[in-house]
Amino acid sequence: MTINYKNIGLFFLVACLILGTGFVQSWNTALFILNMGLVSAIMALGVNLQWGFAGLFNVGIMGFVALGGLAAVLISMPPTTEAWAAGGLQVLLGLILGAATVTGAILVQTRTAAGRTRNLTTIAILIGGFFIFRAVFDGGVAAVEAIDAAGTGYLGGLNFGGANYKDWGFMTLISWPVGGLLAAGVAWLIGKTALGLRSDYLAIATLGISEIIIAVMKNEDWLSRGVKNVIGLPRPVPYEIELQESAGFIERTSSLGLDPVTSSSIVVKLGYAGLFSIVLVIVLILAQLALASPWGRMMRAIRDNEDAAEAMGKNVTARHLQIFILGSAICGVAGAMMTTLDSQLTPASYQPLRFTFLVWVMVIVGGSGNNFGSVLGGFLIFFLWVQVEPMGAILIQILTSGMAEDNGLRLHLLESVAHMRLLTMGLILILVLRFAPKGLIPEK
Amino acid sequence: MIDLLNALVVLSNYVLIPALAYGSQLALGALGVTLIYGILRFSNFAHGDTMAFGAMVTILVTWLFQGWGISLGPLPTALLAIPFGIAATAALLLTTDQLVYRFYRQQKAAPVILVIVSMGVMFVMNGLVRFIIGPNDQRFSDGERFIISAREFKKITGLSEGLAFKTTQGITIVTAVIVVIALFWFLNRTRTGKSMRAFSDNEDLALLSGINPDRVVMVTWLIVAGLAATGGALYGLDKSFKPFIYLQLLLPIFAAAVVGGLGNPLGAIAGGFVIAFSEVLITYPLKKVLGYLLPDRFEPDTLVQLLSTDYKFAVSFTILIIVLLFRPTGLFKGKSV
Repeated sequence: MTINYKNIGLFFLVACLILGTGFVQSWNTALFILNMGLVSAIMALGVNLQWGFAGLFNVGIMGFVALGGLAAVLISMPPTTEAWAAGGLQVLLGLILGAATVTGAILVQTRTAAGRTRNLTTIAILIGGFFIFRAVFDGGVAAVEAIDAAGTGYLGGLNFGGANYKDWGFMTLISWPVGGLLAAGVAWLIGKTALGLRSDYLAIATLGISEIIIAVMKNEDWLSRGVKNVIGLPRPVPYEIELQESAGFIERTSSLGLDPVTSSSIVVKLGYAGLFSIVLVIVLILAQLALASPWGRMMRAIRDNEDAAEAMGKNVTARHLQIFILGSAICGVAGAMMTTLDSQLTPASYQPLRFTFLVWVMVIVGGSGNNFGSVLGGFLIFFLWVQVEPMGAILIQILTSGMAEDNGLRLHLLESVAHMRLLTMGLILILVLRFAPKGLIPEK
Repeated sequence: MIDLLNALVVLSNYVLIPALAYGSQLALGALGVTLIYGILRFSNFAHGDTMAFGAMVTILVTWLFQGWGISLGPLPTALLAIPFGIAATAALLLTTDQLVYRFYRQQKAAPVILVIVSMGVMFVMNGLVRFIIGPNDQRFSDGERFIISAREFKKITGLSEGLAFKTTQGITIVTAVIVVIALFWFLNRTRTGKSMRAFSDNEDLALLSGINPDRVVMVTWLIVAGLAATGGALYGLDKSFKPFIYLQLLLPIFAAAVVGGLGNPLGAIAGGFVIAFSEVLITYPLKKVLGYLLPDRFEPDTLVQLLSTDYKFAVSFTILIIVLLFRPTGLFKGKSV
């Protein structure tokens, strides 16, 4: 196997950029970029699986990332026992009734003979079921949300650590695979209905689904407090304050001549970086194995010519569904990791530009179809996403240095510098597509 | 009888008129999407931000006019500024086409590549709009607020329910009708319009019969600029202007275009109204209407709101999925690439 010096050089360059941030700005920023770069790389791997391997055009990534975040809350927060007593079972019963209604309607549609009777029965089931569902569900929701609305007002999660739930930080680690499972479950539902659609239609459908997932999370306060946000999730790594109070830590930092406050936050971030790196390496190895396996070859054959693959006896629909679920699950894991890193779930912060289209920029710039490309793209694009703003500010300072301090145009430009990152991301995407359409590390 | 009238007034006030205005705005947006799909053969993700750009230029020119003291009396000054918005949008779209899309057209790239390219354009346009005008709410409507206000309506008719008809709603509907009539006249009666339809129906045949593809593409972008800037400005005038709202508008606009049948202008209009009416009707609490219509005994004690307003995306999406599953080419016959 030949060593590809260009690719190693590219990774070395990104490492230098992040290290440079550490030396020039601060190590906190550098580690923030590193951690989010790791998460972004995992998301990009998930999208690369769908687009690069199988040619599926999914623009609903934001929804799966948010589902992962939801899983982090549902697993790692303590249950609100009063809320469960007040209406938890009623809410669950309502949801079961709702699911039963939909299942019933689908069964009638698929199992009975076509005709007017079938359509009328379906409509009757849907309408009747909807009103029964709302009657049961609304009562339960009202009861749950009435419990200490300012503090909880939701059902809570599955962390049974009681008052010391914050000591059960390992629960957040469990939530990562659960986030993947949750995203996979929803992806199965979506794939069943939407994967038969043509590429453009699939794109529009996934765009819609991701918006709906966010709408549900903003709206259903009983589930995750909606826009009131869930804050203070437990952490899989120690708290800064614990480190600062530990005698051993202070001794060690002072022996190295470091400030204990700064170094505690760096140690915490390094802890996250370690955990995230483990996940990234696992996902990357699995993706590489999948790519080289007969299964991966089949996927690429389907991508390159669906009709030919189908003629060779491959079940295209089933394979598409499979890879759609796998890719979405990886995005869900990354979403749970990101929420763990933030220690909070804020549904209003999920924007399609940031969580769907930016991941696409990462995949395309890195090189679609190449796993290492996606990882590189994830780090590089996230670095730029963070650093374009300060770089833009410096640029505008220089460009407008001839103007007076209080010049209106200069002030406006400096104020708007935050929006330059969108412009830059678009330009990067367009330039890469034009001049290096295979990305920085092309598919072999 | 009076109850029936009251019910009708409530329904018009909260559902019919707002949905009519919203549907007109969606139809203008969907027409743009559908024309691009028909002629250039890709789904343009940058369309929402194109509308935002047109609206932004309109706002800036409106402010300029307001500063100069120019006004249209009872009508909003923005109407005078819309032509400038259209001109700027046309310049932007033609530049984008020359710099970005033309290359892929010559390469005969797959439609999905063009969709990804349009994602990049979307980022650039979104950044541009936020860079120039900022991410915040902007108000720019002036003139008379109402054609008829709820209080006047009650006084004239003597009904207990009021009907408010905002100037912006009236203008939206009237403008949309004029624009649509002009568009159909152009597509059906002029030589250029006919060559556009021929190009959309069968590209190879159109090329063989000597239609100049560059000209068709250019005219398409010009028309799209007109539709997008008008639609965007009207939406901003009627609701309020906020850059990220236009990104969210992308979903109902696409839904409208797909439901009507991509590539079919008539379908885009129908789709716009289907989406708008279902969104408004399903998220509006029907308690008051039913209260007038039903005998006292059956008067509902809940709001009878089928879905909370935040789920309006779910409505457009559900309609989209149902139509795609049962009529994959849309209500009117659309095309598939």
